[in-house]
Amino acid sequence: MFDEMTGSGGEIRPAYTELSRWLSEVKPDVLDFRRREAELVFRRIGITFAVYGDAEAQERLIPFDIIPRIIAASEWDIVKRGLAQRVRAINAYIKDVYGRREILKAGIVPEDLVFQNPVFRPEMNGQKVPHDIYVHIAGIDIIRLDADNFYVLEDNARTPSGVSYMLENREIMLRLFPELFSRYRIAPVENYPDELLHTLKSVAPPTAAAEPTVVLLTPGIYNSAYYEHSFLADKLGIELVEGRDLVIKDDIVYMRTTEGLKRVDVIYRRIDDDFLDPLVFRPDSALGVPGLMSAYQAGNVTLANAVGTGVADDKAVYSYMPEIVKFYLGEEPILKNVPTWRCRESESLNYVLDRLEELVVKEVHGSGGYGMLIGPKSDKATIAAFRAKLKSNPKNFIAQETLALSTCPTCVEEGIAPRHVDLRPFVLTGRDHIEIVPGGLTRVALKKGSLVVNSSQGGGTKDTWVLDR
Amino acid sequence: MLSRTADNLYWLARYVERAEYLARILDTTLRMTALPLAYVGSSNEWESAVATAGCANAFFATYKEANEETVTEFLAFSSSNPSSIRNCFENARLNARAVRTALTIEMWDAINGAWLELKRWGNGPASREEFARFLRWVMESSLRFDGSAYRTMLRNDAYWFSRLGVFIERADNTARILDVKFHLLLPEQEKVGGPLDYYQWSAILRTVSALTAYHWVYRENVRPWLVADLLILRDEMPRSLASCYENLVQNLDRIARAYGRQGPAQHQARAVRARLENSRIDEIFQNGLHEFIGSFVEHNNRLGSAVTQQYLL
Repeated sequence: MFDEMTGSGGEIRPAYTELSRWLSEVKPDVLDFRRREAELVFRRIGITFAVYGDAEAQERLIPFDIIPRIIAASEWDIVKRGLAQRVRAINAYIKDVYGRREILKAGIVPEDLVFQNPVFRPEMNGQKVPHDIYVHIAGIDIIRLDADNFYVLEDNARTPSGVSYMLENREIMLRLFPELFSRYRIAPVENYPDELLHTLKSVAPPTAAAEPTVVLLTPGIYNSAYYEHSFLADKLGIELVEGRDLVIKDDIVYMRTTEGLKRVDVIYRRIDDDFLDPLVFRPDSALGVPGLMSAYQAGNVTLANAVGTGVADDKAVYSYMPEIVKFYLGEEPILKNVPTWRCRESESLNYVLDRLEELVVKEVHGSGGYGMLIGPKSDKATIAAFRAKLKSNPKNFIAQETLALSTCPTCVEEGIAPRHVDLRPFVLTGRDHIEIVPGGLTRVALKKGSLVVNSSQGGGTKDTWVLDR
Repeated sequence: MLSRTADNLYWLARYVERAEYLARILDTTLRMTALPLAYVGSSNEWESAVATAGCANAFFATYKEANEETVTEFLAFSSSNPSSIRNCFENARLNARAVRTALTIEMWDAINGAWLELKRWGNGPASREEFARFLRWVMESSLRFDGSAYRTMLRNDAYWFSRLGVFIERADNTARILDVKFHLLLPEQEKVGGPLDYYQWSAILRTVSALTAYHWVYRENVRPWLVADLLILRDEMPRSLASCYENLVQNLDRIARAYGRQGPAQHQARAVRARLENSRIDEIFQNGLHEFIGSFVEHNNRLGSAVTQQYLL
C-alpha cells in the first residue's frame, strides 16, 4: 500500500514535509472550523451536482476535503508527457477509425470492437474535422500504485467533467489556508478557462469570422453537471446555450438573441452524441438541435469534442491503448495501462471466471462506477449473479486486478486518516498545441477501505498541488 | 444576449418583486386585523388581501372561507398556488440558476441565500409574531436582491431587461391595490371622511411604503383622491404608475439605443406614459377610477407581451 504522504515505509515524502509539519501544529478545532467554513461557502455559491434517481437530494454537495494532495515537479513532468502522448494517440486513432482504418487492417484492434460499438458513428466516416482534432478536451483518470508508477485507469474522450471542482477547490483553499500556500510554491491552475477558450477558438471552421463565436451547449439546469456548465461559460465569457436557443438555417448554426439571430462557429457541447440532433440520433431528444449534424457535416460549425469520440474511450478499447500508442507514434507508452483481461478472449474469460473473488470486473460501456463488480468486497450471491451476466455476454466485460490505489491523508470522522485517491487531469488539444494545467481533480473515496472515488457513489474531492521547481 | 437569458432575467426580477408585494399585502392585513372593528369597518380584510393579490378565483377554488389561516397559507406558503411567496422564490431561483452566468455573485448570493433560508420557515409560522418576522424577512430579501442588482450589475441589456421585469410587475401591483381598495371603500360616489377611513387609506399607503411620502408631498390629512394622485400620477413616488412608466420608457430606450432599433414595446410604453402625463386626478375620478385602472392593467399586460414578442422569444 502506497501513501502519498508517508510512502510505503512511514518516512514523510519530501513534497509533504511542510504539510505534515503544518498538520501537526494546527489545532483540531481550527481544522474542523475551516472544514465547516468550506462547506458553507460551497453551498452558498451553489456548487452542487444532481444525483439521478434521488429526488430527496436533488442538489447535493460533493464533499470537499481540505487536506491537499501534492505532486512533486519531477513526478508531474512524467505525467504530463505521458498525457500528451496518450491524447495524441487517441486523436490519431479516431481519425484512422473514421478514415483509412489502418489499425484495423493491421489487425491490431479487432474490427467488431469498432463497428459493433454503439458509440461508433457511421455519420463520421470520411468526415473532415478542423486540424484533425477530435478530442479537444480529454479527462484521463490516473492512479498511482507506488512511488515510481502512474497508471491510466480510464480515458474520457467524450464530455469529461470535473474541471470546475479543480478550479473552485483551489479558490477555496487560497481563501481558507493562505498560510499554507506561503510555505509552498504551487503551480497555479486559474489559467484553465483562458487555455480552454484559446483551444476552442483555434479549431473554428475555416468559414468562421476572424473572431469566432464560441458557445457552451448544456442539456439544461436538470443535468447533473449544470453547475459546471454555467461556471465554465461564465469564466470563458461565452453564452451558455440550450438546444432550443440554437436554430439551423442553410446549414449554418445561429443562436436566438435579443438582437435577432447570431452565427455560432464553435460549440463546446456538454451533451452526448445521442441527444445532439433528433434528426440523426435519438428522435425523442428534446435537448438537441434539429439539423445540427448537417451543419457540422457541411463544415460550418466545430463541435468540441467531435462526434463519435466514444470509440476511443470505452473500457474494451482501453486495453489496446499501449498498442495504439505504439502504432501511431512509434513510441513506448509513458503511462502504463492497468493490466486488463478482455473477457472477449476465451483464455482471459476462463482466467477471470476462476478469480472473480479477486478481480474488478467492469462493463465495457459503463461509467460512474455503475455496473461493476469488486470481487474482494462482494458476497457470494453478488458474485454468482455477476458470473451469470459475464458468461452470457463476455464481450461486454473487462477485468482488472483489484488495485491498491494510493492513499492520501484525509479529514474524516475519526480525525485524519488515509483514504484512496485518483487523479483526473484535463488535456486540451488545439490547432498546434497541447496544454495541460498542472494538477487536475483529485477524487477521494471517503469510506474507509473503499476504492470507489466517483462522486455519484459517495466520493469527495481534494485540491491538487503540483509543486513548482 | 440570448433571448432565453433575457427572459430568465426578466422573470427573475418579476418574481422577486411579486414576493415582496405579497409580503406587503399580508403585513398590512395583519395590521388592519389587529385594530378594533370600529376603526376598520366590517369588511373582511383577509378576503380583500386575496383580491389584492389578484388570485381570488384560485383561492376560492380551494378554500371556503378567507381567514388568517387560509390566506396566510395560500399567499405565503402554499406549494399549489403558483404565485405564493414560496413559489415566487422557487421560480426566481429556477430562473436564476438558468442564468447564473448573467448574474453577479451578489445577486446570486441574495436569491440563493433567500431560497435556502426559506426552508427554515417550514410550512408556516408558529405564531403571529413569527409570521411578522417572516414577512419582514421576505421584504428584506427582495430589497437585498434589488440592491445587489442595482449596485453590482453592469449597465447593459441584462440590467435593462431585469429592470423591465421589476417595473412591469410593480405597476401591475400598484394598480391592483388601488383598484381593490377603492372598490371596497368607495362603493358608490359616497362621501368619504371620518376616522374609519383614515386607517384604510393609510393602510394602502403603508403597503406601498408611501405613508411618510404622502405627508411630505401633500402636507395634508390622508384623502382618497390624493392617495390616488400619489400612486397614479406622481412620478416622484417610486411605486406610482407614472414612476414605473418613466422607468420602463427609459430602460426600453436604452435597449433600443444599444441595439440600434426600436419596436412595438417602445411605442407601447411611451403611449402609456403619455396617457399618465396627460391625466388629472379629478378627471380620472369623474370617468371612473375602476375603468381607468382596468384599462391601465390591460395596457400594462400588453406591454409585457410586446417585450416578450420583441426580445424574449
